[in-house]
Amino acid sequence: MKSLQALLQELLRTDEAGAPGSYPTSVPLYPVTDKQFKEAARALQLAGARLAGEWATDETRYRRGFGVFACYNRNAEYLLVKLQLHEEHPTFPSLTRKFPAAWRFERQIHSFMGIVPAGHPDLRPWIKHEDWPQGAWPLRKTFDPARPMPRVPGDYQWRRVEGDGVHEIPVGPVHAGIIEPGHFRFQVVGEDILHLEEKLGYVHKGIEKRFEALSWAEGARLAGRISGDSTVAHALAYSQAVESMTECTPPDRALWLRAVMLERERIANHLGDLGAIANDAALSFLFYQFMALREQMLRTNHGLFGHRLLMDGIRPGGVAADLPPDGAQRILDEMNGLLDRFEGLVTIYDENASLDGRLRGTGILTPEQAGELGVVGLVARASGQRLDCRIQHPRPPYDRVVPEVVVLNTGDVHARGWVRIEEVRESVRLIRRLLASLPSGETAIPWTPPAPDRTGFSAVEGWRGEILCWLQSGPEREINRCMVRDPSGVNWLGLERAILGNIVPEFPLCNKSFNQSYSGHDL
Amino acid sequence: MMRILRQLFRTGIMTEPFPSGAKAEIITVGAKLEEAIRRRFRRSLTIREVDAGSCNGCELEIHALNNPLYNCERFGIHFTASPRFADILLVTGPVSRNMEIAVRRTWMATPPPKFVIAVGDCGADGGIFGESYASLGGVAKVLPVDLIIRGCPPTPLALLRGILELVEKE
Repeated sequence: MKSLQALLQELLRTDEAGAPGSYPTSVPLYPVTDKQFKEAARALQLAGARLAGEWATDETRYRRGFGVFACYNRNAEYLLVKLQLHEEHPTFPSLTRKFPAAWRFERQIHSFMGIVPAGHPDLRPWIKHEDWPQGAWPLRKTFDPARPMPRVPGDYQWRRVEGDGVHEIPVGPVHAGIIEPGHFRFQVVGEDILHLEEKLGYVHKGIEKRFEALSWAEGARLAGRISGDSTVAHALAYSQAVESMTECTPPDRALWLRAVMLERERIANHLGDLGAIANDAALSFLFYQFMALREQMLRTNHGLFGHRLLMDGIRPGGVAADLPPDGAQRILDEMNGLLDRFEGLVTIYDENASLDGRLRGTGILTPEQAGELGVVGLVARASGQRLDCRIQHPRPPYDRVVPEVVVLNTGDVHARGWVRIEEVRESVRLIRRLLASLPSGETAIPWTPPAPDRTGFSAVEGWRGEILCWLQSGPEREINRCMVRDPSGVNWLGLERAILGNIVPEFPLCNKSFNQSYSGHDL
Repeated sequence: MMRILRQLFRTGIMTEPFPSGAKAEIITVGAKLEEAIRRRFRRSLTIREVDAGSCNGCELEIHALNNPLYNCERFGIHFTASPRFADILLVTGPVSRNMEIAVRRTWMATPPPKFVIAVGDCGADGGIFGESYASLGGVAKVLPVDLIIRGCPPTPLALLRGILELVEKE
């Protein structure tokens, strides 16, 4: 199979391998024309590539107008295609009709950068709400983030289903449980869901813009608060992106400790999710059991890393602190006990007929749909997609301590639960191997902020899935742009699809099995 | 079923007298809390949690209050789905511009007497998100706040302590 790079070089009639364009970058970058932007999309789609992200950057500080990036991935290959746009009336050809994931990427670009995706079928605001002024484009350099955003009258045009007996159920933004806010609009007949439309953006805190006001070091703290449950993964994605543009290679010990934290975060979240799935299927016994296991892990985190959720443990250059001398042994002991108790619970989970009845066949996202939508992470792996950045884009130590990727094909709630079960087992195995091979030495090295006009890229497999982080430095060596694509940026589409044909009371269960982030999505 | 029963017996009661390290303190906090709730809230203190724009970190720790180790129901604290039943709104922040209206409405839907606790560093003053076009800052920018529980996020123990402080104060 021809590599994506070779394919693009042929298409663009260039022989520069991973042409760095006008500035250095840590991932192959191809500058293209308007026409080539579309052609590249077509060619890459035919070659089986996935549109992993699409974003825009304001490069007026470099007198280059705007840039629109499309990030493609297939297996181990990531590459970027960049279209440079003039400052006046910037538009670019929409990719939405080729890649469904582009639907929201491009609405977001339009809402926040004021660049028009020509041919896009739906330019309603996204994340930006209907009561923002039309011309407010927060990611432009001319936008003053300190000014409060006025409210203007506006109306959101929901998709409506019409017909006999069709009615609408609005849910949110404030939900019934202790969870994040978002709005779901169901079109139903009786209890059958004909259509679900999500409206998110309620927890938009201006994170991407906020990065531009912070130093590179402070950025790691903010990255750790993009989505509190994925603080390790986001801080790691940010740190790796910074390191990729500063030629900084953290010491091995730091890399190993980062991986231990990442796997601990995965286990803790999976435990919580398994409990929550059982709880939504009315087996609260398992909820309390799994929650107790999770709590034990958080306490160990606190004892060894100084924070229950591991916040601020990872920063560019390494990790914030080393393990205490007996740390590795304490983790190993904990893992032994945890796995024992976990397996006992899994047997109950597996053998419980009423749980099984609720989980199997509910909320199916078929492998075809998953591939078409471009979902990532455990949602993708439960629907037949072999996607995992730890394999696709291995950064040490994952090139040496290689994870087994678990892929299931049924795409239902049961599969999404079972992928988590297998991943807990696998993460325990990884942690044991990481600790057995834990290098000695320093845990951080000094680094200097990147030179002007550099870009950095990273892809990290958090517990939800692939996190992308793309950074660009400005003329004053400041952060000119920090793009974050949480797995939720694509996986929310999967929930909308998977719920069709199910009944309303199954929604909480389906939603829980996806458990996507609102904050990570809304930024 | 047998497995469930066996597991239940083997697990026993996990609810701790109190989390390690702070045992003595929590025993007092818990006992006082229970007493205050009995006296002032007729044995039941009902909380509606509202995420006004948080990163979800605070929610995870508030969730933990319900796990079997903290088991906050034993003090008479329970979480309700509807603000109509709530005595306290536990609001995490920062308050995003896009949540402002929903937060105000939730407060209006809560019958008096009602109390508002701002949770976390962001609930206190906007935290790392600060005040911007998208973030209004701390909860007090939108609602009358009776108490602030700091932390990023506050631990379950800190949350219990904060709730006690409010209950004793009122």
